[in-house]
Amino acid sequence: MAPVLEVVDVSKSFGAVAAVQGVSFPLFAGEAHALVGENGAGKSTIVKMLAGVHRPDTGTLRVNGADVDFAGPADAKAAGIAVIYQEPTLFPDLTVAENIAMGNQPLTRLHRVDRKAMNAAAARLFTRLGVHLDPSRPARGLSIADQQLVEIAKALSSEARILVMDEPTAALSGVEVERLFSVVRSLRDEGAAIMFISHRFEEVTALCERVTIMRDGRHVCTELVADLTVDDMIRRMVGRDLSALFPKQDVPPGDVVLEVDRLSREGVFSDISFSVRAGEIVALAGLVGAGRSEVMQAVFGVDKYDSGSVRILGKRLKPGSPRAAMAAGMALVPEDRRQQGLVMELSIERNVTLPRARKLARLGLLWSATERAEAHRWTQRLQTKLGRLTDAVGTLSGGNQQKVVLAKWLSTAPKLLIVDEPTRGIDVGTKAEVHRLMSSLAADGLAVVMVSSELPEVLGMADRVLVLREGRVAAELTRAEATEESVMYAAMGQQVSA
Amino acid sequence: MAERSFDAKRWLGWDTAIIALTVIWLVVASLSVENFGTSRNFTFLILDLLPIAIVALPMTFIIVTGEIDLSVASTLGLSSAVMGQLWTAGLSIETIIPLCVLLGAVLGALNGFLVTGLGLPSLAVTIGTLALYRGLAFVVLGDSAVADFPENYTGWVVGTINDGAVPNVLILLVILAAVFGVLLHATPFGRSLYAIGANAQAAHFSGIRVARTKFWLYVLSGAIAGLAGVLWTLRYSSARADNGAGLELAVVAAVLLGGVSIFGGKGTLPGVLAGVLLLAALQNALRLEDVSGQALNVVTGVLLVASVLLPNIITSVRGGRQRRKLRQATTA
Amino acid sequence: MSAMASPAPGVKTIFKARELGIVLALAALVAYTAIGNPRFLSGQSVRDILLNTAILAVMAAGQAVVVITRNIDLSVGSVLGLSAFAVATMMSANPGLPMIVALLAGIAVGAVCGLLNGVLIRYGRVPALVVTLGTLYIYRGVTYSWAGGSQVNADELPPHFLTFANDSLLGIPWLVLIAIVVVGGVSFLMRDFRVGRELYAMGSSPQAAELAGIRVARNLLGAFLLSGSLAGLAGVLFAARFGTVDAAAGTGYELNVVAAVVVGGVAVFGGSGTVWGAGLGALLLTVIGSALAVLDINQFWQQAIVGALIVLAIGADRLVAVRIARSLRRRDARG
Repeated sequence: MAPVLEVVDVSKSFGAVAAVQGVSFPLFAGEAHALVGENGAGKSTIVKMLAGVHRPDTGTLRVNGADVDFAGPADAKAAGIAVIYQEPTLFPDLTVAENIAMGNQPLTRLHRVDRKAMNAAAARLFTRLGVHLDPSRPARGLSIADQQLVEIAKALSSEARILVMDEPTAALSGVEVERLFSVVRSLRDEGAAIMFISHRFEEVTALCERVTIMRDGRHVCTELVADLTVDDMIRRMVGRDLSALFPKQDVPPGDVVLEVDRLSREGVFSDISFSVRAGEIVALAGLVGAGRSEVMQAVFGVDKYDSGSVRILGKRLKPGSPRAAMAAGMALVPEDRRQQGLVMELSIERNVTLPRARKLARLGLLWSATERAEAHRWTQRLQTKLGRLTDAVGTLSGGNQQKVVLAKWLSTAPKLLIVDEPTRGIDVGTKAEVHRLMSSLAADGLAVVMVSSELPEVLGMADRVLVLREGRVAAELTRAEATEESVMYAAMGQQVSA
Repeated sequence: MAERSFDAKRWLGWDTAIIALTVIWLVVASLSVENFGTSRNFTFLILDLLPIAIVALPMTFIIVTGEIDLSVASTLGLSSAVMGQLWTAGLSIETIIPLCVLLGAVLGALNGFLVTGLGLPSLAVTIGTLALYRGLAFVVLGDSAVADFPENYTGWVVGTINDGAVPNVLILLVILAAVFGVLLHATPFGRSLYAIGANAQAAHFSGIRVARTKFWLYVLSGAIAGLAGVLWTLRYSSARADNGAGLELAVVAAVLLGGVSIFGGKGTLPGVLAGVLLLAALQNALRLEDVSGQALNVVTGVLLVASVLLPNIITSVRGGRQRRKLRQATTA
Repeated sequence: MSAMASPAPGVKTIFKARELGIVLALAALVAYTAIGNPRFLSGQSVRDILLNTAILAVMAAGQAVVVITRNIDLSVGSVLGLSAFAVATMMSANPGLPMIVALLAGIAVGAVCGLLNGVLIRYGRVPALVVTLGTLYIYRGVTYSWAGGSQVNADELPPHFLTFANDSLLGIPWLVLIAIVVVGGVSFLMRDFRVGRELYAMGSSPQAAELAGIRVARNLLGAFLLSGSLAGLAGVLFAARFGTVDAAAGTGYELNVVAAVVVGGVAVFGGSGTVWGAGLGALLLTVIGSALAVLDINQFWQQAIVGALIVLAIGADRLVAVRIARSLRRRDARG
């Protein structure tokens, strides 16, 4: 059977960085094909080329046997390719039906937009997908899961035969993932070709027939899922065995550093209580959307909360003020490195010294030499690979960027360190370094709260695991009690099937 | 780590180019335009650029944080109108001047509240206050003008040190410029402005009080605009409701010309000062050559657009050249 | 499971509430003024209001389209001035030209100005604020340079040109008819045709619009072309109505136009609001101006009121948006 889409020896560079080099793989109709690889492996560049956003520097794409050259997204759409991004791109002010039909709205004889036909078409699509959504409601305010369904409806409406889904389950809860999978399976059975990009192996094995593995911009292999074990996949993704990644030492816990008491914020989380001692690593586990990042951001003061209290070293902390939290000895390494953790356009040294700027100033004035020395000290301690301290921090790799964020916060000498997804999007080598660092910091008496979606990381690093579900504390497990099953049970509120 | 190697990018930026251009223009104009190089003309030049220069200082801060304040000229006008009214009412000039600066600060605080407290977009809101404040100026003073301000003050504003070549107001300007320059480039406060402009969310996560900082920038902008209104009134010895009309164009043009990015997060104060000087020197020279006031506005308008257009063109030309090089390299 | 069927109560009605609010405000204002001075409702007075509204409404229609795409066009006042002076000069030199030529000439002048704006914004990638602030002064400067201090007097203009403003068709003045056709036509285009829906989409989410394959460049140029052309048309109407045209015609008009659009419910963030709402905003603003005169209130309050209205309208939009977001969040959390 001929492939409906072929990526043939494609390469793409951005400036001096080669994002993708000589990648080839086929996509067959009636099949779900997974594209797997670590962050920086080149997956999103491939997606963007399929979407017509980027053009390959060399190589070509072939649709139904014919070479194609996409000048823009419209060409890709015309070729029957629809891309569903991780972040849905809808028009909030327009109705759902209009979002689906945009660019191709049904017309009356006078070339006017036929609203009735548009709404009816949307309703038909939703029936086909087996979901309930009102076509005439504005897209604003839809949950991410619903937005994705609208995106899928969009793809169907343009009669796409090739559906590319970029990490669609990242923001979905378990029930929503199941709903998405059943929709994808029915589309596949109808003969569409599905490209499924994901980090999660359990999803790849549950949904897909074929898998392509990429590493460092190159193609590693394309095999049938049935022919590979998860270990095989990991090894090819990473290029080496994963061993000894979580060197958490046992440390006798010291005094209580953080006390959170019945913290609540309407619609987001309620009645959150826990405490952390010096030398402890407490992990916050749970599904995406459970409210973990929101809780810690409220504790740190980035967001406000409605009721409850936060005490650090016994003293009540003023809510809603990151500055007060920093003064009390807290630090937060946020979830989104690019948007929250760093200012990409500023230099490395400016980023590192940003929280401590006032303390570094003498007579109110800051001297470049002081900033540079400080930045140099901390980036060296974390063994950060960089060119010049005056380079923009955006030029560093993901792992080194994360080290800069850590350096920035560690330089404030905190008593409590909150890290949100500490190793997301980093290469395995740096991952191990970060874990080792966290472990030694805890050994030195730092209290650590770690929000993580990676179960192995949670199980390996935490002294205690706090599982959140839908904004509430579902369970508190000690290191001994925490297993994959017990954590997932608490996170999903149901028994995990074998 | 090779810290000592010459960081070419830092030195070949837009603001260096503007500073160089300014110097070149000053030299060319002194040589080719009659009367340009005289000390009398120099005084006029400084007096003409004074309100633009001092208003451009806080405007730079505001634009660096990614916002804008289009109401500055109207604050200047309202300050002037109130000054006239209070003078007619018999208050002493020593009372009036601080009051007008305070008025400017209050007007700025309203802007600040609307932008940071209510979260309204600064462009649209300051277009609204541009109309509101100018309208209030007309309500206060109508069509008339108030003259006869005390001679020792008006004399100081237009006069020079020891009757020499250096205008008195230049001292004021230099002091203000120095203060703002140090604030922006050598203090934590200044660093926080760049962070806010480049990524307000990350700045917030780093403990910077974004809303509070922006609020005070608007207060500062208003206070300086109020001061500019006082100086304008004293220079012409005439308080009018339409004083300073259109000044916001010259200020924004000078700031953007000086290399400050309209999107925020980039720019230097020396660049802005050069922009102000270049713009003023161009206008001054053209006026000496008998070019009309309105034509000068065309020049300013063109420079404003060019200051954003040119860097874009340069970037895309450079990008195109790089892409061509890469393609040649990979196909070779 | 998923967010449920019907939209939040009131989300749909929010769309209509703004226009209704303006109508109510209009009614209240007219009633108040008429009680104070019954001459406000006389035929001449109503005629004057409608004639003045016409010029503002025509410009507001174009500005509404631009603001819906999340841009702004500050050069419209200067375009009006340039067009008015150009057409007046043309008509005084060629008195035989029919009115339709004058109208087309004015539109052409505006179209060129608008196209230049669009090109600089799209291909120069210069923000609309910067471009139109610059062209505000460039076009005005060109007008002044051309006029050289002179003006075109009413007696230099052909009579059919001047009476056009007062002539009517079936009792409705031509100016008003043109305004109704323009506002109605552009409204119709924005509401019921693909290109109009694409313009709303561009303002609602510029990134999504690029990804959706919408022809953003073509649409953006079209929006500014429209805004410029309508400002040019307004210039001809201005010249016909007032007769004497100097280089300062239309100075400051952009503030009134922006006010009309914003008061009329077009959010400055783009993606929402209607063109006919902007027309209503123009009417409200003109009525306020007349009411001030009739009630003998200091005319100087007018600009201050315009400014206050802009601020209030933007503030009200924001309050509504925040409240909708909050109620939608609460609904989803419970659901």
